[in-house]
Amino acid sequence: MKRNDKAYIAGIFEHPTRHAPDKSLVQLHAECALGALKDAGLSPKDVDGFFGGRDIPGSNANWFIDHMNLKLRHIDSTDAGGCSPLIHVSHAVDAISSGRCNVALIILAGRPRSEQMKTGTAPRPCEPDRPDALWEAGYRPTISTAYAMMMSRHMHEYGTTLEQLAWIRVAASEHAKHNPNAMFNKPVTVDDVMRSPLVASPLRRMDCCVISDGGGAIVLVSPEIAKSLKNPLVRVIGSGHTVHGQNGGYSSLTTTGASVSGPIAFAEAGVTAKDFKYASIYDNFTIMVLMQLEDLGFCKKGEGGKFVADGKLISGNGPLAINTDGGGLCNNHPSNRGGITKLIEATRQLRGTAHPAVQVKNCDLALASGPGGFIGTGYAHATVVLERL
Amino acid sequence: MSNEHITLHTQALAANPDLAFFWEATKKESMLLPHCADCGKTHWHPRLFCPFCFSNKLEWKESAGKATLYAATTLSKASEPYIVAYVELAEGPLMLTNIVDYSLDDLQIGAPLTLTFSPMSSGHFLPVFRLAKK
Repeated sequence: MKRNDKAYIAGIFEHPTRHAPDKSLVQLHAECALGALKDAGLSPKDVDGFFGGRDIPGSNANWFIDHMNLKLRHIDSTDAGGCSPLIHVSHAVDAISSGRCNVALIILAGRPRSEQMKTGTAPRPCEPDRPDALWEAGYRPTISTAYAMMMSRHMHEYGTTLEQLAWIRVAASEHAKHNPNAMFNKPVTVDDVMRSPLVASPLRRMDCCVISDGGGAIVLVSPEIAKSLKNPLVRVIGSGHTVHGQNGGYSSLTTTGASVSGPIAFAEAGVTAKDFKYASIYDNFTIMVLMQLEDLGFCKKGEGGKFVADGKLISGNGPLAINTDGGGLCNNHPSNRGGITKLIEATRQLRGTAHPAVQVKNCDLALASGPGGFIGTGYAHATVVLERL
Repeated sequence: MSNEHITLHTQALAANPDLAFFWEATKKESMLLPHCADCGKTHWHPRLFCPFCFSNKLEWKESAGKATLYAATTLSKASEPYIVAYVELAEGPLMLTNIVDYSLDDLQIGAPLTLTFSPMSSGHFLPVFRLAKK
């Protein structure tokens, strides 16, 4: 099968901060943009397409675009929660291949840690006219109660254990110990995870990702421009996304939108799960990693517990390494959104510039996959497949 | 306990005047469920059209008030911990709700539940569930 040759990831940048109390949100975004363009060997003057979600300060991206003094001919403010950058990649590929832009800047940043946001343990304010608000707000669901219920339901239906889930955190910590910028870079054991305080039963603190300030950006370019630049050639060969909603009250808490976005992206790329040795799997909670691995086809539905246990997700230990930067669980979760860091570490792996201790040998295919929004209402999911030439 | 969720609920009610009758009925301890007269399905959360066949011929019938527990959790980190749950209504759909009067230790997935109503400071009542009496 001839693979897509439409757009390449020419620049990546993950902001080194994890705590930025004295930095404005707009400056954090600007530093991410400039960092990714520098990595690509390009300047803001080269950017003609812009992609960013609701984390950008202002009610839409116009103010930030003006602040950066970008001269654009394509703007996309699609917001789908944490997976927005994955969807932006899909949109940017289309925009570049149809001639709407040549250099696309994708950006995400935020400072929930400095804002002392109770990300998982307090109900999030939402627009009163959001169609779920009238039916859910009164019950005070939080992100942690949502994922706790997914976890308990998966344990109930498939016999998944707390120990198996704890291994996902252990693997993240084993990767994060090689990342000096990671928010938590001390290795932890299964016992440490099991003994960490309950947040929302059966979810424990170490099943949850970090709350960090920071951000990142990606530059996507046309094939011609990519080949004129210095970085290894990493191209986007497939993408898919969906909204995996409540289906009028007849849905399952144990299936994610990866069951839809994964097959779309894999079909476009002409790959299957067994072709991957590395995957960036959005790890807002341990259970979400396990369920996405199942839904992407890395193992049968219900067998995720066995797939992740005993350190098999640690680079070099099993057939698939995930989140070798330490992931959202240990490294970084800027703006409470995991999309951009997933794309960045997948690109590092393909370039061969991940930390040597976690670099997957001959990594020529990678994916980034993640959810966005709030399960079950408004719950998006996106998958992107990347290839190194 | 923070009352932000009640404020948000009140604002949401103001934003949805076409569904106010549902909340008026809760004052009489009645939970109305939308049944589609065309395809026969009951959906949740309530809309003014059927999300399966998109008919607008809905019949709003009082729920039998029976459900089973689909999944539940206690938010231990809250100043006053509370139980958030998905329950499977006898009429079919899953519903996000709270379980009241019991600790999670007493609840198993599949446990039979009974509808009850929790007063809110706004004067409306929130449909919630408790463990069914044996």
